[in-house]
Amino acid sequence: MQDFRYLSGVSTLKLDPDACTGCGLCTVVCPHGVMALENNGEGGGKGKKAKIVDLDGCMECGACANNCPTDAVQVTPGVGCATYIIQSWIYGKEAATCGVNCC
Amino acid sequence: MLEPKNECSDTPGCDCHAGKEMLPMAPAGTGETAEVACRGGALGKRADPMERPGYVLRSFVEAFVRTPAGPVPRVRTTLDRSDRMGVLAARLGFGRNDYRVAPGLYCVGNPTPDSPVLVTANYKLTFDALRRALANTSAWILVADTRGINVWCAAGDALFSSEEVSRRAASSRLADVVNHRRLVLPQLAATGVSAKAVKKGCGFSVVWGPVRVEDIEPFLSAGMNTEPAMRRVTFSLKERLVLVPVEITLLWKGLLIGLAAIFLISGIGSHIFSLSMAWSRGGMAAAAGLAGIVAGTVLTPALLPWIPSRPFAVKGLILGALAWAILALLFQGKAGGLEMTALLLFTIAVSSYLAVNFTGSTPFTSPSGVEKEMRIAIPFQAAATLLAIVAWVGAGFIG
Repeated sequence: MQDFRYLSGVSTLKLDPDACTGCGLCTVVCPHGVMALENNGEGGGKGKKAKIVDLDGCMECGACANNCPTDAVQVTPGVGCATYIIQSWIYGKEAATCGVNCC
Repeated sequence: MLEPKNECSDTPGCDCHAGKEMLPMAPAGTGETAEVACRGGALGKRADPMERPGYVLRSFVEAFVRTPAGPVPRVRTTLDRSDRMGVLAARLGFGRNDYRVAPGLYCVGNPTPDSPVLVTANYKLTFDALRRALANTSAWILVADTRGINVWCAAGDALFSSEEVSRRAASSRLADVVNHRRLVLPQLAATGVSAKAVKKGCGFSVVWGPVRVEDIEPFLSAGMNTEPAMRRVTFSLKERLVLVPVEITLLWKGLLIGLAAIFLISGIGSHIFSLSMAWSRGGMAAAAGLAGIVAGTVLTPALLPWIPSRPFAVKGLILGALAWAILALLFQGKAGGLEMTALLLFTIAVSSYLAVNFTGSTPFTSPSGVEKEMRIAIPFQAAATLLAIVAWVGAGFIG
């Protein structure tokens, strides 16, 4: 997806390295390769932890946070749809929908 | 234990293809011969032996296999005419919101209790894509009730959820059908499904399958291992263009209101309202609106990676301005400077808005980014529309 880049520095994705157990599930479920497992220097393969390697590639789908067993990953997921966003401005986030004909 | 039943094999005694010459229930004394149906013409098909009172037998079901949890429909891995017509209709936006299959357990090939279980959504387009990709596979297919919505959108709406998968596995008595405790889920369901919660909810562990259906057979034959490319979404020209018809059909209502407004506004002038002006100038304004729609919903998706600038509002604006330039050549001598300015503002407002609207269909734009650009773009688009109306009406008075 390197051909398609969207706005920089907007993603709400956050990673707490202290809470990360290095299970790697976030790297499996991310459809954009935003996370990667990296050795943090603590002895052998055991010291692996997730790292955000492409923050601007994140589309905030929430798959990583939803599957993180220790809640080390946080992101505000949402619908990147114009109709939904306009409705959320008018009626608030709870009442907004992207319309009956949308996805 | 899993032999198919109810399959006609043209064996003696099987009456599946009993001749049309028989009309056992022909009413006596009507004078009809046995060869002709009362209403004339050829007789319809006999009831399929698999039909059951109160149920509709779907054409994609090829047979039923017996399992300890009852008969499970075995589905075809090819699409027939009605499936293909359904794909076309859904892609064009007709009946797309109620295009579903019944949730529950299905199978393909000749699955055994050791065969993999593939979990999917009950949007028929999704279900068809999956079974079509399983021509060389024997597997169980667990269809979740995602309210007829595709995998990724349903996961984003928490409809394709851990609870739904767990509930469906339990209600389908999956544990009685298979020996293992493993579910293969499409990777894009991870937005709504948590592997940990499914394990807790129904005892099955989740294996994350590839993003695309065409990678499922390679994934299964590689012992459920994925290549990195199978884990990444793509947005090829074909994947973008297939979305265009729905983008357009979603506009019908706005289009009709817009056209009525265009003709009304175009007729206003020094004669209060002139029908001939509404017709001639309205035609030009409608053409500008159409140019904006083509730029925003067709050209923006098609040319997406090559249009300079990252905000979609700017991409739409650039293509809208180009579309207007073509109109300007066509309208040379017919429209004045003020009118051409009004048409430019109108075209770019439409194309810019529709381009932003397309972010909802892309697999890479973040909601935070879309909201950020909309906060800036919407006031400009509204101002451009307002200015366009003022200039257009003003030109009506001058002309």
